[in-house]
Amino acid sequence: MPELIAKSALAGHAPLTRAATTLAEAPMTDITAIAPFPGQTKAVNAALKPLGLSFPAPNGQSSNGPVRLLWTGREQAFLIGAPAPEMGAAAAVTGQSDGWAILTLSGPLARDTLARLVPLDLRETAFPVGMTARSGLNHMAMVLTRSDAATYEIMVFRSMARTAWHELAEALETVAARFDQMA
Amino acid sequence: MRLTCPLCGPRDRREFYYYGAEDYLHRPAADAEPGAWDNYLHLRDNPAGLTNDLWYHDMGCGAWLLVTRNTVTHEIQQVQAVAAPQAAKKGAAK
Repeated sequence: MPELIAKSALAGHAPLTRAATTLAEAPMTDITAIAPFPGQTKAVNAALKPLGLSFPAPNGQSSNGPVRLLWTGREQAFLIGAPAPEMGAAAAVTGQSDGWAILTLSGPLARDTLARLVPLDLRETAFPVGMTARSGLNHMAMVLTRSDAATYEIMVFRSMARTAWHELAEALETVAARFDQMA
Repeated sequence: MRLTCPLCGPRDRREFYYYGAEDYLHRPAADAEPGAWDNYLHLRDNPAGLTNDLWYHDMGCGAWLLVTRNTVTHEIQQVQAVAAPQAAKKGAAK
């Protein structure tokens, strides 16, 4: 089979910056769903050990540099940034790399922008750095992760990438307009 | 309105989908009386007070939830995971 060129959902889309807050698409990377079979948590953790990861608790993640394992549902997590290790009969392992688009929203207005679209408490105490949550971005299913104090990573289904961009861009423009008026 | 998902914690109603009465958890045996099937498929109570119903955390973790709520006061009394009710019961103990 010829070597095909993988393209991200919004390949070539220029980032949008308003009031020092930037919406951008993250580079494409490996995404694999890992769903442990009943009672196999120990075996899954053993298989993850060479990557320096362990199966995360709900709303959490396990990370080792750029390689991360995000909790994404009941008995399910997404391995991001590395190919999946051999799991044998311990877990169902599914390639998801071409199924998701990853956007990043970074800057002083990131939280206020998300607050317009996400039904989560995003305050510091309720959504600290490193937390990840399965929730909704307006009407879209989403995995939201807080990467650092002012950066959020938003994963949506690949088919929803342009809609997600439109929603986030519009929210950012509106929040930035209010911010500029107050400045 | 908020439901406290046993996995995800307190979440907004927008993340959940309402399925219906708890009766769906009590499927009669295949050879049960027609009356039992009639009851299972069609007959529902309409209580003023405590009621148990099923919700699905569709924008969240994908868990089925058994919610005990009060139709008069709108109080949510208990939210249990259908898949692991014992574990959830422990967590919700007062």
